[in-house]
Amino acid sequence: MLQDKDRIFTNLYGRHDPGLEAAKRRGAWNSTKSLLAFGPEWVCDQIKASGLRGRGGAGFPTGLKWSFMPKEVGERPHYLVVNADESEPGTCKDREIMRHDPHLFIEGCLVASYAMRAHTCYIYIRGEYVAERHALEKAIREAYEARLIGADNVHGWDFDVYVSHGAGAYICGEETALLESLEGKKGQPRLKPPFPANAGLYGCPTTVNNVESIAVVPTILRRGADWFAGFGEPGNAGTKLFCISGHVEKPCNVEEEMSITFRELIETHCGGIRGGWDNLKAVIPGGSSVPLVPAEQIIDAKMDFDTLKDLKSGLGTAAVIVMDKDTDLIQAITRISYFYKHESCGQCTPCREGTGWMWRVMQRMAKGEAEPHEIDMLLEVTQQVEGHTICALGDAAAWPIQGLIRHFRGEIEERIDRYRAPRALVEGHTVAAE
Amino acid sequence: MALRRFDLEAGGENFAFDPDTEPTIEFWLGKYPAGRKQSAVIPLLWLAQKDNGGWLSEPAMRTVADRLEMPYIRVYEVATFYTMFKLAPVGKHHVQLCGTTPCMLRGAEDLKKVCQRRIGKPMAVTDDGKLSWEEVECLGACVNAPMVQINEDYFEDLTPESFEEIIEKLRNGADVEPGPQTDRVFSEPTGGTDVLTDPALFDGSRAAALARVPNAPEEPPEPEAKGEPPAEPPTNTVREEVTDDDVERDAAEISGDRPEPMDVPHSRRDDLKQIRGIGPVNEAQLNDLGIFTFAQIAGWTGSNVEWVEGYLSFPGRIGREEWIAQARQLAGQKDKDA
Repeated sequence: MLQDKDRIFTNLYGRHDPGLEAAKRRGAWNSTKSLLAFGPEWVCDQIKASGLRGRGGAGFPTGLKWSFMPKEVGERPHYLVVNADESEPGTCKDREIMRHDPHLFIEGCLVASYAMRAHTCYIYIRGEYVAERHALEKAIREAYEARLIGADNVHGWDFDVYVSHGAGAYICGEETALLESLEGKKGQPRLKPPFPANAGLYGCPTTVNNVESIAVVPTILRRGADWFAGFGEPGNAGTKLFCISGHVEKPCNVEEEMSITFRELIETHCGGIRGGWDNLKAVIPGGSSVPLVPAEQIIDAKMDFDTLKDLKSGLGTAAVIVMDKDTDLIQAITRISYFYKHESCGQCTPCREGTGWMWRVMQRMAKGEAEPHEIDMLLEVTQQVEGHTICALGDAAAWPIQGLIRHFRGEIEERIDRYRAPRALVEGHTVAAE
Repeated sequence: MALRRFDLEAGGENFAFDPDTEPTIEFWLGKYPAGRKQSAVIPLLWLAQKDNGGWLSEPAMRTVADRLEMPYIRVYEVATFYTMFKLAPVGKHHVQLCGTTPCMLRGAEDLKKVCQRRIGKPMAVTDDGKLSWEEVECLGACVNAPMVQINEDYFEDLTPESFEEIIEKLRNGADVEPGPQTDRVFSEPTGGTDVLTDPALFDGSRAAALARVPNAPEEPPEPEAKGEPPAEPPTNTVREEVTDDDVERDAAEISGDRPEPMDVPHSRRDDLKQIRGIGPVNEAQLNDLGIFTFAQIAGWTGSNVEWVEGYLSFPGRIGREEWIAQARQLAGQKDKDA
């Protein structure tokens, strides 16, 4: 178990005051000016050395992403945009940062903006998080009043941060859709290239990062890149917020070391699986977009990017959705399919038409009202959607279904057989004795 | 995709923002750069929705469009795209029930039955105008599942009983407390945890200034210009001045013979970019070498080519792209024009 002294988010559970003075006592805004003394390149190099990989799902190295920004500011200003559109089913970690540890986050915005030579940062928060938005606005006001940010602040780097919000579109978590939305349009992803580092918000060089990726930055600099890199397996460094939901005794958010085993994570923090370990059926380890992993493969697996990738799944946002043996898995995945059908932005035909098609077939599969050969047809359609769309929503809609068929094909077939069996063989029917 | 249409009848003809909302509108408009008012469309539609009893009528959308100087259709697009904008009237307390898988696993289906029993069909307003409900997609409070959002507040860790109680209270105008509906603290595990209990985290010892920043360089580099970018900012295409010394130093390590540098007045320099394979960057580097005209390139020997390729770090490319042949042709062309 990660020791308390190594935890970055010390007010994760909101037991303490999120205000500026209390946050400072917990270590936020500590020596920030000295962290900015060695130039933007030094900050980028430290983050690269720490091995921090983006916490928003894709796991792209954060320091590397920053280094794509132009090294000098040209005619167009640079922007940092923080993606706080936390919408991936299962994920609710950024919410805790914004409402309980907002100062750590705002400090991170300043340091990251300095590293990419930006003077302006926009935080795009999902519209439903109204209380979280107000909490964040309050913290920003405190930081302005204390001259920690703003024009001519104590850190010597002019810096403005603004909160903007969305209105309930999952797709706005995709970085270019988020930029479209921030520009006041419907959130339909842009074709890349150009990448945001060249032409992002208002056509200016922009980097889009997840809240957690930004909020850990000042602490990494204060404690040293090697401290952060010391947690987890090589290539999967650091501590991570896990959101454990579903059929565990005590669902919760918790900061843990990367590469902790699934068993230890659940035993230490969640009071075990509902009904005991034998009752575990499958786990979605990284938010609804990643394929599920059956119990026997996940129990002793390390929770990190590379291990889960080898299990043909992914760490994603570290939103661990646990399903026990009472779960109707087909129904659970069908509901995910409905989610993607609902959230497709409608721009690319394979996704707009495919997500609806897949959901309708999944609905029949959940009842068993299908032909056995349709399983292969469904699999084929998922492969035709996957990789044929502008953004990854098409992939995200395809993967859960592929995972289900890969691991639980027998269950789908059994349900179809049961549905198609003659009534006399249906369970519970008594055959007259001759 | 969600297919959504306006309710044109219920919206009436007119809409105006509440005067109390004006400062909030100004607050939002102040966040975006000049000429980017459109960025405020979502926040303004949200304010309009609040002033319009929880839903967006078509006149409300037009008011927002006028305020932001946007074509109406652009605002309609946004209003129909984002599902938090309700396009038909809702009850005073609009219940949005999260039905996505993490909530479904923890009993959202049972909550749905409560809604059907106590409120009615989705998006139908009760006769007293107080309640309406719909199922929505993941609201991002999954470890506190199952949950609902009522207007702006989250109600978490619900059971059918506690949810029914909340609905009854709202119907009777009583106060309800948002957040987890059990004795749980936010997203902590039920019954408490031994995580984040070390008093050293909270005694102020973490606020002690750093004696030394870890991994600090021995000699700090010249700090970059801070604050506002300079009035005439450097652009990314402007390259560092290359002195002759730099060129000499690099040149010594490359095999082949360096082409003879020439000093050509500006008026007689050629646009080397006309040669396929030479872009602005290569042109600048060639200029640094004292190469300004097609004629110079046309006259390169094999050994010159080898040297230039080495200098520009792309072996074989000059031959492959036939720079010399191109330069000859362009130089000939120029002579003819002259």
